[in-house]
Amino acid sequence: MISANLSAIFYLVSGVLFILALRGLSSPETSRQGNLFGILGMIIAITVTFLSTGNFSTGFIFVLIFILAGGSIGAFIAYKIPMTAMPELVAGFHSLVGLAAVFVAISAFLNPEAFNLGTPGNIKLGSLIEMSIGAAVGAVTFSGSVIAFLKLQGIMSGSPITFKGQHPLNAIILISIVVLIYLLCSTQSSNLFWILLAVSFLIGFLLIIPIGGADMPVVISMLNSYSGWAAAGIGFTLENTALIITGALVGSSGAILSYIMCKGMNRSFFNVILGGFGATENALSSSTKEQRPVKSGNADDAAFLMKNASSVIIVPGYGMAVAQAQHALREMVDTLKKNDIKVSYAIHPVAGRMPGHMNVLLAEANVPYDEVFELEEINNDFANADVAFVIGANDVTNPVAKTDPQSPIFGMPVLDVEKCKSVLFVKRSLSPGYAGIDNDLFYKENTLMLFADAKKMTEDITKNL
Amino acid sequence: MEIDPLIFRLSIFILSIFVGYYVVWSVTPSLHTPLMSVTNAISSVIIVGAIIAGLSGNSDSVFNTSSIFGFLAIALAAINIFGGFLVTQRMLAMYKKKKKDK
Repeated sequence: MISANLSAIFYLVSGVLFILALRGLSSPETSRQGNLFGILGMIIAITVTFLSTGNFSTGFIFVLIFILAGGSIGAFIAYKIPMTAMPELVAGFHSLVGLAAVFVAISAFLNPEAFNLGTPGNIKLGSLIEMSIGAAVGAVTFSGSVIAFLKLQGIMSGSPITFKGQHPLNAIILISIVVLIYLLCSTQSSNLFWILLAVSFLIGFLLIIPIGGADMPVVISMLNSYSGWAAAGIGFTLENTALIITGALVGSSGAILSYIMCKGMNRSFFNVILGGFGATENALSSSTKEQRPVKSGNADDAAFLMKNASSVIIVPGYGMAVAQAQHALREMVDTLKKNDIKVSYAIHPVAGRMPGHMNVLLAEANVPYDEVFELEEINNDFANADVAFVIGANDVTNPVAKTDPQSPIFGMPVLDVEKCKSVLFVKRSLSPGYAGIDNDLFYKENTLMLFADAKKMTEDITKNL
Repeated sequence: MEIDPLIFRLSIFILSIFVGYYVVWSVTPSLHTPLMSVTNAISSVIIVGAIIAGLSGNSDSVFNTSSIFGFLAIALAAINIFGGFLVTQRMLAMYKKKKKDK
């Protein structure tokens, strides 16, 4: 058994290693080392916990069994999961952190002596406040992430689910959570603790159902943040530095990502959270719909245009992930490069279903990361490029965001695709994108629509090159 | 008067939020997905609480209501730790630079 002071120092060390793990992600070269720091930090934290309890009896064996059982499930998932399913995986993992926080809080509430928090029915006030906040946030994270997972997986419809009185109901529940925590802390009643958990599960569910599929990048980031705050709440209860540091890091990380995603859509955080986006605008656009001429072409035309280009910019979006077209796309680009055509990729911050989704898919298809650019790095290059190849993206290329103040996406930063000499737009049909509005780009003089499955079209173009 | 230890923990918490703020802004946007998976893995350090909870039973009865919740939390956190770090490793291994010679 090691002293409390010594173990506190080791927890601090593991907290610092976690900071270094995130720090490593500032560039792909240092990132792998960063991940190793993270693993080391985790090993230290777990080992110190074993040493500080000094309990190597039967219970210890069971702890190891549960770690191994969970660990092998985790490792199995990590190796099997296809890269296109990363958003679902991350949402699923968030739900586990949330549930683990809830379980630890329950355990501490039932048996506070084990954590030096007092006795049942007489838990130290500070610890009880921290515990109930940790449990409530954990429960919200759990049920919210489960809904996000179901929506991303397609088990539940990705369209927003709204009903009358939704916002007042949510507001009442949120207030009741605060009241419940207050009552719980003054009465120490275990019934109130269970009610608090139930209500928190409910609000997590209600908060996420009105949010539509393409807003998932914000939702996932937000739940990431929540899982951090839940961990921090438990960290305060357990007086554990590693947990407090990590909770704060993860909490702010998720908050920053949510902010970046909201900025990428030019919408306020509350606008996203209140949900229902895309549901109302749909009706509006169909009433004003007019038939406008579009030029459509086939793989042969597209191949001809690209063969005669000297530079091509590729704009991938969620549709590329759905069609699993990233490998076919890379093969097409390889052929283009053999013909001495300069190719780069332009990624919009909210392309895909989670932050950085497109970058991972391109990396999976062996696209070197120095050919992939963010919106602000590449937006000026469209004017000098010959061909823009839009594959699976829609709203993020819509010039309406710059021209029409009436549009729901007005002010959203978009890729200046229309400035290219010609635009190739791979899409299944002319249907509007997530925002429910028509894309002006379809009807431009220099746009050629390629109506087909993204993967099949890309393969056909490669054959024709 | 002595300062409540809670204040020290609160200081650590607030300062860590600032550290997190600056560190995360320096993360390159192309690595935002690995950032999420690794934050996922590290937030599962909550396993330390789960281990204490799991070991709370006495030697006669390893399992009581409290320790069972602890064991469940251990398994959940372990899924996240192994899954999170390994999937991050797998993703990061895919990020390659352009080949110099051609």
